[in-house]
Amino acid sequence: MDAPHHRLLVVDDSNVIRKRIERANELPEIEFVGAARNGREALEMHAQLRPTLVTMDLTMPEMDGAECVAILVQRDPQIRILVISALADKLTAIDALEKGASGFLCKPFTDRQLNEALRKLISAQ
Amino acid sequence: MIAGNGTAMTLESEVGVFVAGVLHYFASSVQQAARCGTPHLALSERPEIADYTGIIRISGKRTGLVAFTAPKSMLSVMLMRMQETDMSHENLCDLVGEIANTLSGNARRDFGHQFQISVPEVVAGRGGTLEYPAQGRPIVIPIEWRNYHARLIVCLQ
Repeated sequence: MDAPHHRLLVVDDSNVIRKRIERANELPEIEFVGAARNGREALEMHAQLRPTLVTMDLTMPEMDGAECVAILVQRDPQIRILVISALADKLTAIDALEKGASGFLCKPFTDRQLNEALRKLISAQ
Repeated sequence: MIAGNGTAMTLESEVGVFVAGVLHYFASSVQQAARCGTPHLALSERPEIADYTGIIRISGKRTGLVAFTAPKSMLSVMLMRMQETDMSHENLCDLVGEIANTLSGNARRDFGHQFQISVPEVVAGRGGTLEYPAQGRPIVIPIEWRNYHARLIVCLQ
């Protein structure tokens, strides 16, 4: 089995979703390192935990996901961010990708869809 | 309302967007199909709310709210289906808010980018009432899942 070499930070204002993403991850290459409730918390945790992967909600209090994506990519251009949002329109997805996100998964999602999206994220060059 | 593709939407097609959203939510998140009953307008009285109600305020080209209201027993079983073992009040509030958020967010695909949605608010307890837009007429969509009954309330101007 491969040792984990991707460090995952989960960012979502829903505790249920944060724990679901942590539980659903089946990829041995990915190690869960922490969870944040909003963009501001995510920036603090990024400085401490140095994740290489982030799942990012968009609609959150204090600092939304789009603003957080832009700051994280500026800090670490190598970071890979999967936006996981209920905002299902194309413009929202395009905006997130333009800010530096690497992928977009629409809520609601199955565990299988989450793992496929994470697999694509870590296999992307 | 004008749809995301620029065409006018009828009330029936607007309601259809939310009905499809509910069915998709249950199929994906708890991987067990739900059924929607016949949607109806709440003309003379405020729709009753259940133990937990998640509310999303809508602004932009349309204003109003989308609310998902469900009994505690139903939300607890939904959490179990999601492998969650913590059935606390906080997690029940979290789930009902997330459901309302997801249904509203998904609706933007059909209603367009100018359909702005708030972060979720949650009302716990059956005694609460929702504040509807002054001229709004709430549409109630009954939702049946297993032996449980919930409602989606859509009130947009």
